Amino acid sequence: MEKNTANNAPQGVYKRPSQAKEIWRRFKKSKGAVIGLIMLVAIALVLIIGPFLIPYDLATTNNYDFMLAKPSAEHIFGCDGFGRDIFARVVYGGRTSIAIAVLATISSCVVGSMLGAVAGFFGGKVDALIMRSLDIFMSVPDILFTMAVVYALGANFVNLLVALTLAYFTNYVRLVRSQVLTLSESDYVEAARAGGSGSMRIIMSHIIPNAVGVIIVNTTLNVAKIILYESTLSFLGLGMPPPAPEWGAMLAEAREFLRNAPHMMIFPASAIVLTACSVNLVGDGLRDALDPHLKS
Amino acid sequence: MYKYILKRILFLIPTILGVTLIIYAVMNITPGDPAAQILGPGTPEADRIAYNEKLGYNDPFLQKYVRYVKNMVVNQDFGISYVTKQDVFAEIWPRYVITLELSFLGVFLAALIGIPLGIKSAVNQYTLWDTIPSLLAFFMAAFPAFVLGLILLYIFCLWLNILPSSGVGTFAHFIMPALAISIPPAAQNFRFTKSSMLESIRQDYVRTARAKGVPEKEVIWKHVLKNALLPVVTQVGLSLGSLICGAVVAEKLFSVPGIGSLIVERITYKDEPIIIAGTILISICFTLVMLLVDIIYAFIDPRIRAKYTNKR
Repeated sequence: MEKNTANNAPQGVYKRPSQAKEIWRRFKKSKGAVIGLIMLVAIALVLIIGPFLIPYDLATTNNYDFMLAKPSAEHIFGCDGFGRDIFARVVYGGRTSIAIAVLATISSCVVGSMLGAVAGFFGGKVDALIMRSLDIFMSVPDILFTMAVVYALGANFVNLLVALTLAYFTNYVRLVRSQVLTLSESDYVEAARAGGSGSMRIIMSHIIPNAVGVIIVNTTLNVAKIILYESTLSFLGLGMPPPAPEWGAMLAEAREFLRNAPHMMIFPASAIVLTACSVNLVGDGLRDALDPHLKS
Repeated sequence: MYKYILKRILFLIPTILGVTLIIYAVMNITPGDPAAQILGPGTPEADRIAYNEKLGYNDPFLQKYVRYVKNMVVNQDFGISYVTKQDVFAEIWPRYVITLELSFLGVFLAALIGIPLGIKSAVNQYTLWDTIPSLLAFFMAAFPAFVLGLILLYIFCLWLNILPSSGVGTFAHFIMPALAISIPPAAQNFRFTKSSMLESIRQDYVRTARAKGVPEKEVIWKHVLKNALLPVVTQVGLSLGSLICGAVVAEKLFSVPGIGSLIVERITYKDEPIIIAGTILISICFTLVMLLVDIIYAFIDPRIRAKYTNKR
């Protein structure tokens, strides 16, 4: 009985607080999503608090006394080939990688959504122009294009952001365009139009609220993808210039010492996988919570 | 039907022109000094200026671009490398072939692993055939190719010592790179196939088929698979994109002399002709595969076929 009313509540009157509560209730139900959220919060805490406890020098200054040191009480993740503390490098590297990933996701979402919305709303020639250029743009494999951009602009924080944005905004153009196209043909938009609503009202109160869920879910899942992609770039030597620590670059170094110092591989690799996994768990949980129709 | 294919093939021309334009423009953002790189840093400035002038490096951008495309199309001339002073095309071609071999082997493997598992898990939903591959696919989505590669390297080279760690030559050299790059797209193929299958299984015509007593095996093979696998064709074609990304990484990790490792290596030396030519050649191959996928799709999807035959 209780369950029944809870399920029916949001369909009646549109109330904001109850909507958020309802989403949270559905999110909580999925064990994976909650585990992902806890992991994500833990990772965030380590990355935020870490710098207060560990000086940055530990991550960048060479100290040959500790070259390839195994994990110990002093260096809990051990040291790398230059005697730098791996834990410090994982923490500082994670800050850069995740900051880049989150910012690049946001900027690609904004750029892509705007283009997609324009293509979807105006249709016709504008749509054709945007989509055809996009087809051409997407014919260059992402990694090569990003490499070219990073090469041309030089590797630093802002340019990496630009390169990743250019690689990922295309997803949003297609996503938002298709959302806008399907939603504007839906029955309730037709009903609203028949009831005399203007375009602005339809966009603001029917199309955006309904498209936002899909975009949020996609954005969350994209953060994980960009974290992986960014680590790939830095693995290839196209990330932040050394000695700034980054997960991918750490793994590129670890390859040389794989036989004698496998800990150099284990910790950054686990950091990447755990972060991506927890973001994916949260993303999947959000998808099920925001849009019960999509749940298969 | 042929009209559609012809149209699609004609669209190839603006696509390839656009692709080369984008790459060429991006690479021209930073001004360079090819003469200094080709002739060496010690040459007098007057010689350098004269040489740049001879190369036409100071011409307006569009003029340079048109000349580049013309040389590319007419004589496969991509200029000469700043580092080795060799013809770019001759230097790139053998490496290009290796990268393509690796990528297509990866596409094949990813399809071979992902699609059958996807079908199996959709047919046996909520059994172990579903949960175990789904869980694996979930974790594999969080592994970048180079982490997988490092793990494989550790297991097969250092621990078991049965596979060579770098280079090319025998088939054994290809096993690890191909496996490392095909697992993430295999996970994608798996998820895609599974959801496409599940969607088809819930269709009304499947219920009708079951209701009228068609054996379950026939329902799956004739009614579900035929429809569910159509979008999978596109997905497999698209996976080439992520496999090219993987190939670049695997080439660095396993020291495979492919085009990706070449570009990564030459970025340090600012060897623009190699970077531009490599990127363009890979993009053209990617475009051709996309074209092939579209054409195959037009042949196997009766809806598209009908759309174009009725129009006339």
